[in-house]
Amino acid sequence: MRDSALLRMEHVSKSFPGVKALDDVSFTLRHGSVHALMGENGAGKSTLMKCLFGIYAKDEGEIFFEGKKVDFQTPREALDNGVAMVHQELNQALKRNVMDNIWLGRYKQMRANEHLPFLSEKKMYDATKEIFDKLEIPIDPKARMDTMPVSQRQMVEIAKAVSYNAKIIVLDEPTSSLTEVEVEHLFRIINMLKERGCGIIYISHKMEEILRISDEVTIMRDGKWVATKPSNDITMDEIIRLMVGRELTNRFPPKQHDVSDEVVLRVDGLSAMYSNLKDVSFELKKGEILGVAGLDGSGRTELLENIFGSATRKDGRIYKNGKEVFNKSPEESVKNGFAMVTEERRATGIFNILSVKENTVIASLKSLKANKFLLSDKKIRAATNDSIKKLSIKTPSQETRIRALSGGNQQKVVFGRWLLTRPDIFLLDEPTRGIDVGAKYEIYQLIIDMAREGDSIIMVSSEMPELIGVCDRILVMSEGRLAGEVDADNTSQEEIMTLAAKYA
Amino acid sequence: MPRKGRLATRIDEYNALSPRDKRRFIGDWFLDRAMIFIIILLVIYIQIQRPTFLQPASIINILTLTAARLPIALGVAGCIILAGTDLSAGRIVGLSAFVSSIFLQKSGIIGKFLENVGPQPVFLVLLLSVLIGALIGLLNGFCVAKFKVHPFIVTLSTQMITYGIYLTISNAKQISSLDPSYTTDFVTKPLFRVSTTAVNTYVALALIMAGIMWVVWNKTRFGKNMFAVGSNEEAARVSGVNVAFTIIAVFTLAGACYGYTGFIEAARLGASTGTLGLNYEADAIAACVIGGVSFVGGIGKISGVILGVFLMQLIINGMTFLGISGNTTYIIKGAVILIACIIDMRKYLTKK
Repeated sequence: MRDSALLRMEHVSKSFPGVKALDDVSFTLRHGSVHALMGENGAGKSTLMKCLFGIYAKDEGEIFFEGKKVDFQTPREALDNGVAMVHQELNQALKRNVMDNIWLGRYKQMRANEHLPFLSEKKMYDATKEIFDKLEIPIDPKARMDTMPVSQRQMVEIAKAVSYNAKIIVLDEPTSSLTEVEVEHLFRIINMLKERGCGIIYISHKMEEILRISDEVTIMRDGKWVATKPSNDITMDEIIRLMVGRELTNRFPPKQHDVSDEVVLRVDGLSAMYSNLKDVSFELKKGEILGVAGLDGSGRTELLENIFGSATRKDGRIYKNGKEVFNKSPEESVKNGFAMVTEERRATGIFNILSVKENTVIASLKSLKANKFLLSDKKIRAATNDSIKKLSIKTPSQETRIRALSGGNQQKVVFGRWLLTRPDIFLLDEPTRGIDVGAKYEIYQLIIDMAREGDSIIMVSSEMPELIGVCDRILVMSEGRLAGEVDADNTSQEEIMTLAAKYA
Repeated sequence: MPRKGRLATRIDEYNALSPRDKRRFIGDWFLDRAMIFIIILLVIYIQIQRPTFLQPASIINILTLTAARLPIALGVAGCIILAGTDLSAGRIVGLSAFVSSIFLQKSGIIGKFLENVGPQPVFLVLLLSVLIGALIGLLNGFCVAKFKVHPFIVTLSTQMITYGIYLTISNAKQISSLDPSYTTDFVTKPLFRVSTTAVNTYVALALIMAGIMWVVWNKTRFGKNMFAVGSNEEAARVSGVNVAFTIIAVFTLAGACYGYTGFIEAARLGASTGTLGLNYEADAIAACVIGGVSFVGGIGKISGVILGVFLMQLIINGMTFLGISGNTTYIIKGAVILIACIIDMRKYLTKK
């Protein structure tokens, strides 16, 4: 008997140290349909898909593919069986060309003669071209990956999934870096695949897109299944309500801080040497939380990096308390009372293999000395202890390696590191990325507390509700330029989105 | 008191684990100390085979050779903690040994290298040796920090340059007949005797150096910064650490260690030759790796380095005791290094 469902995942659970990432989640995908998977960051969407794809081993549950029980151990096995996934972070060999990437792992099929171990460039080229023509993708198969914009690289990845003749294609945030025209193109491809009977799992935050392209929507929250509904039977408000699980007002702590009139930071005509950031000017007041919104690539991160001196400035001046500061390097900026929490916590925030203690004190060793030369263990331990208590960091001990902590606790350690340097201007880049909902609330509270104590904060985020819920004012960036400024209490996501597209 | 508190929390942590995690915890505990267990087993085995092994003379001999090899390993270890390496070590030892020798050759001997220069003050020559090493180390560090060239390439180049400089000046001439103020009255002067075996000055000096390095690594801002840079360079930069300075300082300090080693080695061996220092870096790197200084970066302990150098020496001496030829010893040495690395990587792999 043929199973009516293409894919059934039943009662899947998966734990990581300290977090239950998936808790009894079931999911069904029908032939020739697009099934959207929604939820906040950390809701478990990607984890569920990684369990399907063999990147993670699920702890419990069963997966049926065309009625047959499967348990893919590796991505390779999943691919060979017709399950392909286009990851949010593209894992591509950037120094190689397009066709090398498409056939990576399958070079054997590209032999000139199947008995000899020599590859045929021509065969590779033709096979790639054939797929591209079918999908109407105007990319040269011989172009090197790193010469192409992210949107084109994404198309290559989608073409690669198609080239496996996959029956299921998982698209994880496929449109995050695509322009509107490109999104339309992607939707045409998706419809083409649907007609062939493929099932598409579509992970995205963008409601309009989802309601347009998908047939069904499944909503997840905190690692649990919440609801599955037909797309033409659900509204945006309902999706938000299901995703958040409580009224929006409860997601954020009350703003209990007062913004003074005193300007602590004035940025004047800031332009970057190696990115598109151009001529940005604004003021930051004492005790203010200033949000920065914008699409990916709009220069939000670059703005912070240029203020902090971790990117090279081309032009512009920075005044702190009316006095010009240069902030040529992070070292100098730290001395000037700046602190920066970076976007990629793992890559540039934490010292994975070092202990919580070492992660906490690294930026403030100067103040933790016993004498001119030697550090004081006692002071170091006391400072770490204070930080753990003050931020309620959940860690077995000071000596525990930070990588054993949950994302939220790691982030709190990073905040604790900076609080020890007693800065008065905090630059926060996506401070709640990859953190579960409960810990997010604590981070928001922390930010508001810092503002209440008179510190000033610039906070970059791609989650608009977060900016509206926590900030006083929001700057909106578009293509490296400042597109406008809105009052957080009297704005809407629509207004911000419109501004974000101003120069696009 | 705080130490006891820490132990108590450790026990609580252990009790809170599930049976499966408990087993893993115990397994990891043994793996973390694998080298110590190997040393113990090896000693027991050799002792059973050759009952004369564990006698003061041979123990002192092993310890003395360990002390001779320790300073260079302490230097290299810093470079490895930065997730780098240093291949120039051995040749720097060779060059500074040569410089030490020519300034401390006896006067009036036939074929004296610097005919008109008598033996100079020993401490001045020591300082000069250290400076030469530090200078080449500075060059290494500068290229790594400022031009972002991989330490492997940088130090491979300076290894050749250093050797070239040595050959150009010396013509590979052996420098012997060293002044007693340098050798028997200083470096190889017996401090005390255990039964009939002498313990020399350089053993004590090596111990002092290890102590100084321990303080530098663990009790100074520079040391903490070194581990931070090795663990995550970008995060260190963002945290306000002067990354370039840290890298340059680590390599310079390492160079100073090699310079010092050169000074000691010429006196210890009684002469400077073209092969002095050859492959010292390989032994030192191997000792570090065996002692748990990980190529992953950001991980390593002074005690580990000492243990690593000691184990290497134990293997070499033990093989001699067992009558295994020097040729076979290479195979065993290589195998030990490989196994040590495999155990090491197993510890730091992120499991999925």
